[in-house]
Amino acid sequence: MPHPHRFGLGLRKPLYADFLEAATPVPVDFVEVISENFMVAGGRPRDILRRVRERHPVALHGVSMSIGSADGVDRDYLQRLRTLVDAVEPLFVSDHLCWTRFGDFQSHDLLPLPYTEEALRTVCDNVDAAQEALGRTMLIENPSSYIAFDGADMTEWAFLDALCARTGCELLLDVNNIFVSATNHGFDAHAYLTGIPAARVRQIHLAGHSRGETLLIDTHDRSVPDPVWALYAGALERVGPVATMIERDDAIPPLAELLAELDHARAIAALGVAA
Amino acid sequence: MMLAAFQADFGRWLQAECTDAATRLGGGAGLDVYLNNYRSQLVAALESGFPQLQRWLGEAAFLAAAARHIEASPPSAWTLDVYGEDFPATIAALYPEDPECAELARIEWALAAAFTTPDLAPLSAESLGAVAWETARFAFLPTLAILPVTTNAAALWQSLVDGSVPPAAQRLPAPGAVLLWRDGFNPSFRTIEQGEAEAILQLEAGMPFGALCAALADEHGEAASAAIVGGWLGAWFRDGIIVAVQ
Repeated sequence: MPHPHRFGLGLRKPLYADFLEAATPVPVDFVEVISENFMVAGGRPRDILRRVRERHPVALHGVSMSIGSADGVDRDYLQRLRTLVDAVEPLFVSDHLCWTRFGDFQSHDLLPLPYTEEALRTVCDNVDAAQEALGRTMLIENPSSYIAFDGADMTEWAFLDALCARTGCELLLDVNNIFVSATNHGFDAHAYLTGIPAARVRQIHLAGHSRGETLLIDTHDRSVPDPVWALYAGALERVGPVATMIERDDAIPPLAELLAELDHARAIAALGVAA
Repeated sequence: MMLAAFQADFGRWLQAECTDAATRLGGGAGLDVYLNNYRSQLVAALESGFPQLQRWLGEAAFLAAAARHIEASPPSAWTLDVYGEDFPATIAALYPEDPECAELARIEWALAAAFTTPDLAPLSAESLGAVAWETARFAFLPTLAILPVTTNAAALWQSLVDGSVPPAAQRLPAPGAVLLWRDGFNPSFRTIEQGEAEAILQLEAGMPFGALCAALADEHGEAASAAIVGGWLGAWFRDGIIVAVQ
């Protein structure tokens, strides 16, 4: 059965008042929050999340599960996330195709994986463990990356395709990340869209990036640029109706500006439906 | 390269800028992007956790302290919220002649830690039934913190928050303490004398209220000790830091 189009925003601290104090709910179909910000014992963060959840469906998006760790996933982390999942009953639970921990070291940055058969087995084992601990299917997001590996056995899209087939997980497709990585590594973004298992895509992220000296950097600190909108239209042709979200983590503008971007996403999706 | 070796090398690059590891990873400008992201995230976490300390030290000194801390104490928890836990110790090592700096850092850290402590309703004085005070034992908020202080760091913190000109740093006439807890959703603190801090610690350890009163009477006399303990008890209920009297 096809999934419906939904349009949402990443809920960050500067937007809390807009979402909690407006007389009528903000016109979005869902909001996404960073899971780790709410995996706490109590206090204001949990109260805010409870009140937001009364108004909107919530997606939980994680940054610290580290499903690419060679030494497995952290069981304590998974238990805490499960507690949050049970409290929120989220629309989606997602994290990234990356690693952030090795041994006792935590990078707090989304680090790249070499796309090898060995790494695929590790990620599959970790996703299996996470989905079992959480009691639900996870969405895995494609990362932006700044280095490539000579010894890779497959492309990122082939890696994601195999991961979905082996674990049953689904995808959070970050269109900006595809654009950034395609530019940095010189691959064809449309080949990426063709290669992913389209039926597994449940959510799309849209964001902006900045230009470094030699590489594009996934900064989430500006509006969605035209090439990413164009790629989004291409993604919708492949994926069909899906949940789309504007992801802004820095230099967060007034809510009206984000809602205008979301309206642009709606317009692009409507063109696809009309076609 | 096997995944574990790859991740170990990446960790060496980020923590120590190990060039041998970078060579094995293939080198290139991309590794610098990850290094910059790693360091920026940690600096941002410390800036977010210690805004008044940053004002007190100045941006350049704070950044130097953060760089020293990041080099010596790589993060080991999945949440950045706890990354600042050992930062006061780094500040103490950097500023041994200026103890107000580390005390300011400890106060900021304890206030930040109180922000997400478990929700627990305090006991109000009005809801107390008949209490056998002689044998009564008190339960305080489990996350109540008592920080020993030797300087006016609490006053410095408050003036920095208020945006007023902070007083000069100075030693207290006698060592004292800062009591910190969460009042509703807001972290809160109060400067207390050593005697009150010791009384709370003794009651937390299980001392019956009557035994505390007897000990104070031996020290101060019956009338004076009754006034002292009455004042403390009233303040504890007003603060909302008592959760049970049994």
